[in-house]
Amino acid sequence: MSDEPDKSRPMIELRDVNKWFGDFHVLRDINLTVRLGERVVVCGPSGSGKSTMIRCINRLEAHQEGSIIVDGTELNDDLRRIEAVRREVGMVFQSFNLFPHMTVMENLVLGPTLVQRMSAREAEERAMALLARVKIPEQARKFPGQLSGGQQQRVAIARALMMKPKVMLFDEPTSALDPEMISEVLDAMVELAAEGMTMMVVTHEMGFARQVADLMVFMDDGEIIETAAPDAFFASPKSQRTKLFLSQILSH
Amino acid sequence: MADAAATSPSAPRRPPPRRETGPLHWAHRRFFNGAHNVVLTLAIAWALVLIVPDLLAWAVLDAVWTGPDSACRSAGGACWAIVAEKYRLILFGTYPYEEHWRATLAMAIIIVLAVASGFERFWSYGLFAVWVVALGAVFTLMFGGVLGLAPVGTHEWGGLPLTLLIFIGTVVGGLPLAVLLALGRRSELPVVKALCVGLIEITRGVPLITVLFMASLMLPLFMPEGVTIDKLLRAQLGMIIFFAAYAAEIVRGGLQAIPYGQTEAANAVGLTYWQRTRRIILPQALRIVIPPLMNDIIRAFKNTTFVSIVGLFDVLGATSAAIQDPEWVLYAPEAYLFIFALYFVFCFAMSKYSESVERKLATGRNF
Repeated sequence: MSDEPDKSRPMIELRDVNKWFGDFHVLRDINLTVRLGERVVVCGPSGSGKSTMIRCINRLEAHQEGSIIVDGTELNDDLRRIEAVRREVGMVFQSFNLFPHMTVMENLVLGPTLVQRMSAREAEERAMALLARVKIPEQARKFPGQLSGGQQQRVAIARALMMKPKVMLFDEPTSALDPEMISEVLDAMVELAAEGMTMMVVTHEMGFARQVADLMVFMDDGEIIETAAPDAFFASPKSQRTKLFLSQILSH
Repeated sequence: MADAAATSPSAPRRPPPRRETGPLHWAHRRFFNGAHNVVLTLAIAWALVLIVPDLLAWAVLDAVWTGPDSACRSAGGACWAIVAEKYRLILFGTYPYEEHWRATLAMAIIIVLAVASGFERFWSYGLFAVWVVALGAVFTLMFGGVLGLAPVGTHEWGGLPLTLLIFIGTVVGGLPLAVLLALGRRSELPVVKALCVGLIEITRGVPLITVLFMASLMLPLFMPEGVTIDKLLRAQLGMIIFFAAYAAEIVRGGLQAIPYGQTEAANAVGLTYWQRTRRIILPQALRIVIPPLMNDIIRAFKNTTFVSIVGLFDVLGATSAAIQDPEWVLYAPEAYLFIFALYFVFCFAMSKYSESVERKLATGRNF
């Protein structure tokens, strides 16, 4: 292991990725590279394929054409490759998807103890450290149903971090939250970004995007329309569709 | 205007309005709340006045509790003496009379262990070990042939011990099979799926009696020369498959109810199919289906009566045999009422237990 992380190393590569739902062409010739430590924010109107794209990266959806390479492992039908990629990639969902029949602590230690064979004690210590980091250590023994939406999403972030992922995927992490709880989740994500985590975030939170993104990706109708650094993206979008989208979500 | 609202003092917190209590208010609320309820209450009270005294006289006051059949003939009430006279035959069927203590002990072990298994504080892997040892003891007692116990073949087993053994066997064998069938029916592997769908649909498409006939008459034809399977075991296999086919569809309903996000989250954490199924999906799915599953388990208890069709004397079959005695045949209804009460005690206990499990699992895990 070298001390200096190699900033040019690609963590996620999508090359000419195409996908159909039935006859519907949901992803069209997607090309995108996310490098180590890079934070990419994906935005676009609903139905533009941004969730589908991010879900292809840990094979929750299968692409039909092109190639997806995650930290050197190309995804195909091989179950061992899929499992290898999933061990390296953490994911946070719009609807949290915590396991409701388990306590917060059980939610956190499940993956590491089963998948990584971590000892129960080590896993619990790590869980408590992560819960402290997302500022809810006192909720460890509660069930998800007893927590607020913002707290649940922070547990979900901690759960994904338990596996020591190299990449974190966020699929609209604040869309299901009441407005007053959005910032507590975004704060946890900003902190994660500050620590150098490689992140890919589908979100409409443009304030968050301005603050942490290295690269903005705008998708519409299954295509990547524009990629740019945030300053250029917000100040002078090149495409007409990007301008329209930004005017719609930033107008109030 | 908004300012005025913001600075006005907040409305004071008050206790909720009091509800009037006491027996009169209670009776008014429950029985005499409006004209039609008054009429209904009076009509039902009148019907009870007509029925209850006669019923009480027949069942208790004028009843004969012990004695020979001649005592019953001169009495105006129920003849419970038939139960006192025939209870050994009813409870143990054709099991040898002088060995009844063995069957009693076996039954006691099963009932005590079944009740103990209901308490969460005993739930552990140790409980499985206790069950294995206990069932070993039960079969040793029932079969005999060792430790100086006279051998008793399954063709002589009968009565309540037989009912309980078939019931326990059906549930213990049938539930895991039901879960596997339900999972298999949702499998993406075509052969597994076709096998499970086939077994479920064929079994559901025929009456239990046919399954039992198949198991006891047809199965031996498919066996190689010289191999015979015990009649009780054959019936037990039929009961297990029949129960599993129905329970599988109940379990599948529970599996269907789990949001797909749970599967995705488990996948994203890196769990394998079996880890995901055992830790995430099944615990939630089975919890949802406790009420219909308990319904099916209770039905399985009552379905044990069907084994008399293939010549096994369960507790109902043994009762039917007991009342063939010409001197007592008049008092068959009393014997049957006794059996009804026996079934009711078992089924009602299971029903109540299922309710308590639902309540326990509901605490703190609202989803």
